Amino acid sequence: MHSFQQQAGFPILTVMTFLPTLGALVMLALMRGRPQLYKSTALVTAGATFFLSLAMVLKFDQSSADFQFIEKVSWIERLGASYHMGVDGISVLLILLTTLLSLVIVPASWNYIKDRELTFFASFLFLETGMLGTFCARDLLLFYVFWEIMLIPMYFIIGVWGGPRRIYAALKFFLFTMAGSVLMLVAIVGIAYLARPDRYAAPVFDLDQLQKAVFSFPVQVAAFLAFFIAFAIKVPMWPVHTWLPDAHVEAPTAGSVILAGVLLKMGGYGIIRFCIPLFPDAAAAAVPYILILSIIAIIYGAMVSLVQKDLKKLVAYSSVSHMGFVTGGIFAFNVIGLSGAVLVMFSHGLLTGALFLLVGFMYERLHTREISLMGGLASPFPVLAAFLLFFTLASLGLPGLSGFIGEFLSLLGLFSYNKAMAVVAASGIILAAAYLLWMYLRVMFTGTRDEEWFKLSDLNLREIASLAPLAVLAVWVGVYPSTFLNIINPSVNKLVTQMAPYVAQHGGLLTHLFASRGGL
Amino acid sequence: MTPLQHYLALSVALFAIGAWGVMARRSIIVVVMSLELMLNAANIALVAFSNYSPGTPGRGEVFVFFVLAVAAAEVAIGLAIGIAMYRLRERLDVDELDELKG
Amino acid sequence: MKAAVLLIPLLPLLSFAFTGLLGRRYLKERSHYVSVAAVGISWLLSMYVLVEVERGQTLSWQLYSWIAVGRFSVDIGFLVDQLTAVMLLVVSTVGFMVHVYSIGYMHGDKGYYRFFAYINLFMFSMFMLVLANNFLLLYVFWEAVGLCSYLLIAFWFPKRSAANAGMKAFLVNRVGDFGFSLGIMLIFITLGTLSYSGVFASASTLSGGMATAICLLLFTGAVGKSAQFPLHVWLPDAMEGPTPVSSLIHAATMVNAGVYMVARSNPLFAQSHTAMMVVAIIGTFTAIFAATIAMVQNDIKKVLAYSTISQLGYMFLALGVGAWTAAIFHLLAHGFFKGLLFLCSGSVIHALGGEQDMRKMGGLKRKTKITYWTFVIGALALSGFPGLSGFFSKDAVLTGAFAEGYWYFWIVALITVLLTAFYSFRLIFMTFHGEPRTDPKVFAHAHESPRVMTVPLILLAIPTVIGGLMLGIPPENGHIDRLLHHIFEAAIPAGEHVFGPLTLSLMIISALVGIAGILLAWHLYERCPWLPNAACKRAGRLYTLLLNKYYIDEIYAAVIINPLRGFCGWLWRFVDAGVIDGAVNGAGWLAMGAGRLLRPIQSGKVQGYLFSMFLGLLALMVAYLLFNI
Repeated sequence: MHSFQQQAGFPILTVMTFLPTLGALVMLALMRGRPQLYKSTALVTAGATFFLSLAMVLKFDQSSADFQFIEKVSWIERLGASYHMGVDGISVLLILLTTLLSLVIVPASWNYIKDRELTFFASFLFLETGMLGTFCARDLLLFYVFWEIMLIPMYFIIGVWGGPRRIYAALKFFLFTMAGSVLMLVAIVGIAYLARPDRYAAPVFDLDQLQKAVFSFPVQVAAFLAFFIAFAIKVPMWPVHTWLPDAHVEAPTAGSVILAGVLLKMGGYGIIRFCIPLFPDAAAAAVPYILILSIIAIIYGAMVSLVQKDLKKLVAYSSVSHMGFVTGGIFAFNVIGLSGAVLVMFSHGLLTGALFLLVGFMYERLHTREISLMGGLASPFPVLAAFLLFFTLASLGLPGLSGFIGEFLSLLGLFSYNKAMAVVAASGIILAAAYLLWMYLRVMFTGTRDEEWFKLSDLNLREIASLAPLAVLAVWVGVYPSTFLNIINPSVNKLVTQMAPYVAQHGGLLTHLFASRGGL
Repeated sequence: MTPLQHYLALSVALFAIGAWGVMARRSIIVVVMSLELMLNAANIALVAFSNYSPGTPGRGEVFVFFVLAVAAAEVAIGLAIGIAMYRLRERLDVDELDELKG
Repeated sequence: MKAAVLLIPLLPLLSFAFTGLLGRRYLKERSHYVSVAAVGISWLLSMYVLVEVERGQTLSWQLYSWIAVGRFSVDIGFLVDQLTAVMLLVVSTVGFMVHVYSIGYMHGDKGYYRFFAYINLFMFSMFMLVLANNFLLLYVFWEAVGLCSYLLIAFWFPKRSAANAGMKAFLVNRVGDFGFSLGIMLIFITLGTLSYSGVFASASTLSGGMATAICLLLFTGAVGKSAQFPLHVWLPDAMEGPTPVSSLIHAATMVNAGVYMVARSNPLFAQSHTAMMVVAIIGTFTAIFAATIAMVQNDIKKVLAYSTISQLGYMFLALGVGAWTAAIFHLLAHGFFKGLLFLCSGSVIHALGGEQDMRKMGGLKRKTKITYWTFVIGALALSGFPGLSGFFSKDAVLTGAFAEGYWYFWIVALITVLLTAFYSFRLIFMTFHGEPRTDPKVFAHAHESPRVMTVPLILLAIPTVIGGLMLGIPPENGHIDRLLHHIFEAAIPAGEHVFGPLTLSLMIISALVGIAGILLAWHLYERCPWLPNAACKRAGRLYTLLLNKYYIDEIYAAVIINPLRGFCGWLWRFVDAGVIDGAVNGAGWLAMGAGRLLRPIQSGKVQGYLFSMFLGLLALMVAYLLFNI
C-alpha cells in the first residue's frame, strides 16, 4: 500500500467530490418528508461544494502546467488501478462551472418539482459527485467509474421527472451514451494491457504512466476512434447529436441545465484530456476529418435551430452548433484555438444553462414551450425579457460578453489552420444571430397574445438570484477574460507544445487540398 | 491388475447411456436417473485415474465425495421439481416444461 | 486629458446602468435627469479634447490587456488623434442635442426610462468605437452600436414592423460584420498584431493580393454598417425607431462608423488600388441609386433615410478616390445637417400627432415656423447651396473625384447632386407649402414643438450654416485639411492640390446643378402641383420600380431568405429526423428483427438445448483432434 502522496495536506479534491454524496445520503437517511429541511440541506451542500471549488481555484498555482492537489492511493492493486486525483487549469475551470451550475439549479427548481422531491435533489447531488470525479480523475479506470456514475442519476432525472416522452428520451440518452462508453471501456482495457512494461506486470491505468507509453499507429487509431466516438456522442458532434434535442425537451429544467452546461463539456474535456495526449499520432492524422465534422455541426446545428418550434429544442440544436466551435478549436491544434475551445465550453455552460433556466421559468408561467403560442412577453415580463435578451445576445456572440471571446479565438485558431474552413465556420455566426433574434422576436416582441399573462408575476428574487451569477460571469469573461485565460494558459501551452511535432508530421488531406496553412 | 482402459470403457459406456437417457427420455424420473448414471460414470473415471496416478493418493476419491454430495442434492431438487410438476400438470413429461421458450 | 478621455465613455455607461436599473421603478418621468447630464458632461469633455488635439496633443493609452493567448494579444486602450477628435465632435454634439430633444419628443412614452438607458448605452459604445486603439476593440463596439441600434429600432416592439426592422438591421449588419471579422483575423494572421499603430506601421509589407483581400473584407463591414448597396436594406426600415434615434444613430453617428473605419485604415487601403476602386464604385453607385429612390418616397423619414444612404455613398466615393479629408469633412457636415433634418422631421411628426406620410401634410409653414426655417437650412445644406456646410463638403468630394482623374464618378455624383436637391425640396414643398391635406381636425391641433425640442434645432442649424465657412475655406486647404493632414499623410496621393480656377469652376457647376434641382422641385410641387402625378403616370413602370425600391427586399426574400428557410426545414425534417434518427432507430429495429429471427431456437425444451450442447462439444473435440487447435 502506498501512502498518501499529495502536495496539499488537505485532500481538497476528494472532499469536494464526495461532499455532495455525503449531503445526499444525509438527506435520504434523515430528512424524509421535511421538504424545507432537505431543500436547504441541498442548497447548503451545493454551496459548500462551490466554495470549496472556489478555494481550490484561488489556491491553484496559475503559473504551472502540472497537475495539482494530487492525491494518490492504491485502489485495486492487482489491476494496477489507483485512486489518483489531480487537476490542471482546464479541469479547474470546468470544475468551477460544475459547482456553480449545481448550486444555481437548487433555487431554480425549488418549486418546479412536485413529486419525489427528495430523490430529485439527491439525484443532482449524486450527479455532482460523478461530474466532479470525472474532471479530477487521473486514472483511467477511476475516470470510467465516475463517467458511468454520472449516467445513472441523469437517466432517472430524465426518466422520472421528465416530460411526456421521457421514457423514450431517457432510453435514447442512455443507449447513445452507453454505446460510446462500451467502446471506450474496450479501448481502456486494451491500452492498459498494451502499456504494460512486460507480460506479467499489472495493467496500466494511471494517466501519468500511460502518457509515457508509446502505442503503434494502428493501435492508436483504433483506441483513438473508440475514445473519440464516446466523447463525440457526449459533445455531441454531428451526426451523433440526435439524442440531445430529445433529452433536453423531456428533461426537467435543472436536468437540461446540467446536461447542456456540464455533461456536454465532458466530451470536449475527454478529447483534450485523453484522446489527444494518449494518441497523438492518430489525433494529428484525424484533424481534417474532425474539423469537417465540426464545421458541419456549426452550420447544421444553426440551420436546424432556425426552424425549431420548441424553445428547448432550439437551444439544444444551438448547443450542437456552439460545441462545433469547441471541437473545431481543439483540433486546430494551436494555442489560440485550444484556449478558445476551452473558453467556449465555459461560456456555453453559463449561457446555455441560463437559457434553459429562462425557458423553465417561462414554462412555469405559461405551461408551454411552443414558440408559436408565445409573443409579446416583454410587456408582461420585462425583467424576464431583459435577462433573456442578455443571454440571447451573449449566446449569439455579442462582443463584450462571454460568447464572443471563445468563439473568436476558436475561429482565429481555425483560421490559422485553414482559411477556407474558418470562413465557412464563421458564417455560422450570422446564422446564430438569425435564429436567436428571430426566436426573441417571436417570443418577446409584437403584440401580447393573452391578456391573462398580465396577471402573472415577473421573475421573483429567487429566480433572479439563480440567473444573476451567470450574468455576472458572462460579463466578466467578456470584459476581463484574463482571469480565466490565465488559469488555462499553461495547460493549453503544454498540450500544444506536446502536439506540435505530431501535427507537423501528419499534414492531413485537406492541407493539400486547400494549401493555405498560415503559420502560428 | 486390470488395465485403466477397462475402467474407462465402463465409464464411457455408462456416460453414453446416461447422456442418451437425459436427451431422449420424456419422464422426468428417468431423466434424473440418467443424470445420476452420468455422474457415476464420472465418478468411476475419477477413482480409476486416482488409482493409477502415482504421488497424489486420494485426490480423485475426494472429488467423488463431492460429486456424491452434489448428486444427492440434485436428486432431491429434481424429484421436488417432478412432484411440483405432477401437482400442476398431473404428468411427468419434460416437454411440458417449456415456459422459457422465446 | 487621460481623465477626460476615460470619462467621456464612462459617464454614459454609468448613466445607462443607473437609468436601466432604477428607471422602471423609481425614476420614471425623471429618467432623463442623469442621462442628459452625463452626455452633457461628455460633450464638454469632448470639446476639451478637441481643443487639446487642436493644440497638437494626442494620446495613446493602454488601459489593460484584454485577451492574451499565445501570440495573440489585444489591449483595451484609447487612441486620441485628430480623426478621433473630429468624430468625438460629431458624436457628442449631435448626441447631446438629441438627448435634450428627446426629453420633449419621448415625453409620456411608456418606455421613457428604457429609451434613455438605451441611448446612453449607445453613446458609450459610439464613444468607445471612435476611441478604440485597435481593430478588435473597434469591432467590439461596432457590434455594440449595432445592438443599441437594434434595441432602439425595435423600441416600440409591440408593433410587428418595428420588431422586424430591428431584427433586420442586426442581421444585415451581421452579414457585413462576418466579412469584417474575417478581415480582422486575416490582419492578425498576416501582420501578427491588431493595434492600429502596429498594423499601419507594417502595412507596406503586405503583398498586393493580401492587402486587397484585407481591405475588401474590412469594407464588407463598412458596407453593412454604413448601409451601402447591397446591404443598404436595413436603414430605411430602421425608420421604425423613434425619430431622435433615426437622427442620432441612423444619420449622424453610427452609420458613419463605416466611413470612419475605412478612413482610419487608410494606410491599408493605400496598399490596394483595387480595393479603393471597389470602394469608389460602390459608393458612387449607392449615391445615385439611393437618390433615385428618395425622389419618389412619400414617407418623410424614408426620404431622409435614402438620402442618408446616398450621402454615405458620397463619402465612400471620396474615400475610394483618395480624397480622405473630403470624406471626413462631408461626414462632419452631413452629421450635423442630417441630424438636424431628422430632428425637424420629428418635430413635424410630433406636430401632426404621428403622421409620417407627406401626402397628408402640406401648409405646415404657418404653424411651425422654427421647424420650417431650420428644415429649410438643413435642406439647403443637403442640396449644396453655396455658403452652407454641405456645399463645401460635397464640393470637396466632387473636386476630389475630378482632380484625381475620375471624371466618370464626378459626372454620376453631379447627377446625384441634382437629384438630391430635387428630393430635398420636394420634401419641403410637400410638407410645408401648399394647402393642408391633413385631416382638418389634426391640422387644427398642429402646433410648434415645445422649446426643449426647438432649441436643439436652432443649435444644430448654427454649425450647418457656419461649419463650412469655418472649416472649408479655402477649399482643398481649409482648417479641416490642415487638421487631418497628419492622419492621411501616408495615403494621400502625391501632389498637393491648391485652390485654383479648376476648383472654382467645379464649385460653380455643382452649385448651379444644385440650384437647378431646387428650382425643378419648386416648379413641380409649388407652381404646377398637378404635374408630378401626370409625370408618374407617364413613367408608370419606372415609377413603380422606384417606389418599390427596385424590389431589392423582395429579391432577397425570394433568393436568399425563403430558400434558406426551406432548406433548413428540409435539414431538420429529412436529414435529422429522417436519415440520422432513422439510422439510429434502424439499428434498434435491426436488433429486434434479429431477435425475432433467432427466437425459435429458444424452444424452452431443455433436452433440445442439451442435444445441441452435445453436438457443439462433439464439434469442438473433432476440431481439436483434427486440427490440433
